[in-house]
Amino acid sequence: MLYAIRSLPFLWGGLLITLQVSALVVLLSLVAGVILGVGIVYGPRWLYWPIRIYSDFLRGIPLLVLIFFIYYALPLIGLNFTNIMSVVVALAAFEAAHIIEVTRGAIQSIHRGQNEAAKAIGLRFTQRLLYVIAPQAIRRFLPPWINAVVDTVKGSALVSLVGIVDLTLAIQQVIGRTYVPMPLYILGAIMYFVINYILSSASRALEARFAYIRE
Amino acid sequence: MAASSSSLVVQIRGLKKSFGSNRVLDGVDLDVRKGEVVVVIGPSGSGKTTLLRCINLLETYDEGSIQVDGVEVGFHDGPGGVRQPRGDRELSRIRADIGMVFQLFNLFPHLTARENVMLGLRKVRGLHVAEAKRIAEQWLTRVGLADKFDSLPSQLSGGQQQRVGIARAVAMDPKVLLLDEITSALDPELVGEVLTVVQQLAKDGMTMIVVTHEMTFARDVGTRILFMDGGRIQIQGTPREVLTATGHERLKAFLARIEMMHH
Amino acid sequence: MAYHINYEFVWRHFNRLSWGLVLSLELAFVSILIGMVIGLSLALAYTGSGRFIRGAVAGYVEFIRNVPLLLLVYLVFYGVPSVGGFAYDATESFVITLSVYAGATMVEVFRAGLAAVPRGLIDAGKAIGLTGWQRMIWVRLPTMFRIVLPSLSNAFVSLFKDTSLASVIAVPELTYGAQWINTNSFRVIEVWSVVAPMYLVTGYLLLFLLQRLERRFTVH
Repeated sequence: MLYAIRSLPFLWGGLLITLQVSALVVLLSLVAGVILGVGIVYGPRWLYWPIRIYSDFLRGIPLLVLIFFIYYALPLIGLNFTNIMSVVVALAAFEAAHIIEVTRGAIQSIHRGQNEAAKAIGLRFTQRLLYVIAPQAIRRFLPPWINAVVDTVKGSALVSLVGIVDLTLAIQQVIGRTYVPMPLYILGAIMYFVINYILSSASRALEARFAYIRE
Repeated sequence: MAASSSSLVVQIRGLKKSFGSNRVLDGVDLDVRKGEVVVVIGPSGSGKTTLLRCINLLETYDEGSIQVDGVEVGFHDGPGGVRQPRGDRELSRIRADIGMVFQLFNLFPHLTARENVMLGLRKVRGLHVAEAKRIAEQWLTRVGLADKFDSLPSQLSGGQQQRVGIARAVAMDPKVLLLDEITSALDPELVGEVLTVVQQLAKDGMTMIVVTHEMTFARDVGTRILFMDGGRIQIQGTPREVLTATGHERLKAFLARIEMMHH
Repeated sequence: MAYHINYEFVWRHFNRLSWGLVLSLELAFVSILIGMVIGLSLALAYTGSGRFIRGAVAGYVEFIRNVPLLLLVYLVFYGVPSVGGFAYDATESFVITLSVYAGATMVEVFRAGLAAVPRGLIDAGKAIGLTGWQRMIWVRLPTMFRIVLPSLSNAFVSLFKDTSLASVIAVPELTYGAQWINTNSFRVIEVWSVVAPMYLVTGYLLLFLLQRLERRFTVH
């Protein structure tokens, strides 16, 4: 167990990578997912199917398969991304697919009368989104989105399989030197647990804050 | 009898609309002059709500023309004289001058009563906060909700919510007010307070098109009554003419059914 | 760099993929069965007990759901034998891991399902004189199963996709087969263009079949 504690400084570097990758992926997938989600609900017909197919396809395959594919295939089509860029692209694309669904669900759960009332007083499309739809959709968006963020952090562990020294790979490297697997795995589990538990608690707090919007 | 076009608020010619294979509006012609209260009655499926929703383009129409204050609502003239559907921006500008009150109120649940009324004033009319606030409070007081400025819709009764809905529509100073069965979703004892407000608006000269089942209201407040059935206006005239009509079978049957429901 | 698409290697070794798919399905199936047993017992324990047991169950669920599955796979495969002194093969280890993982999801599913049983049904059971146990067996559990069928279907497909992680400890399921072909031929685009649709189509087929099953059981 002592080995485990003494290895903390080294694990720290891995933890930072995990957090950085996760944060970047969360940001990219949020922007892409919400924009495409709004597009699939309000956009023209020809936009619906491409986004739909993208979302269904990426949610139907394992994340690991996507990471391997993008990691190995990108160089072949001439895109020489760094390791980190490849996995960020893969993870962000994967999560964005989920966020499209979350966004779609949140918007469509709002009664269509709201959009009609907003139209009736003369609000333009962006105004309707900003002042009427979004404030109501946020409440339904947050819990599943936080779930997606937690999934992102968990999914980030897979980057260890393509050589990126995140928390998981750092743990394995320490084990490789010290030969005490169990305490280190448990330590690693606790570290992931703490990060994600904080995120889930934030989710519950946010949910409570927006609960005043009753129908 | 030709009316001077300057007082013609709404002019509808040959309006047709289908939902798939269902012909909902089958050639409607209608003139509404300033200050009129036109009441539309008829069985469900007769197209009366669709007619209303076409006027502010919540529904598109297939054929015909709807003009509000001389402006064609749904289309503009594109290149080569072909008429093209209006885009969202233009529609928004047109809708700002048409007010609508909904059967299910459709108040914005995340905003207080005052904020519900202020939203259009600030974002569409471009008024400053103080001015919008003043007008909003003025209208909320006129509908009898002076003590409810800061209430959320969830804290209001149905009748109160609908009155906020009316204030929200009227505060925009619309050229015509569309009322879509605004009391149908209310408990009976709350209907009166809403109709009183509407009656006062009518007295103050608001041009209105009202779809309703409330025959007493139609008789007392309406200046003209339209009976719609099968997507067309079957009969129109003064309340007395229409409500005591003896010649029209379907109208009589409809009125009889309404009588039974209310007693 | 010119890359010529050539599926020959993939087809030659397609049995690794097809048998890999079968193994993936088996892993998912066994894990969800064991997971359901774990989940149901813990859900029942949770519903009927005091704060200590509830806390323990909640702790188990929260822990499993917040830790990456990959880490759990390593922990069980490499970590446990080092303290337990025994060894097991990769497949056994993965099934244990995935079952424990599934169990956590199942606890939530069953707990929510039990809570969703309409009070009226339970009261009707009381009214005809069934005891607590009898009500559980004849009224609450059957109803709960019908309610949770959609969640079970989704969980199963999810677990099927999660079996891809078995590849990291060399269990010869579908993703492992794909990686083998990948590293032995570098036919990257070909192999993943076959394997990704295999997951996708199998997933949809499973959902479709499970929905047919649902319809036969749902009373509406």
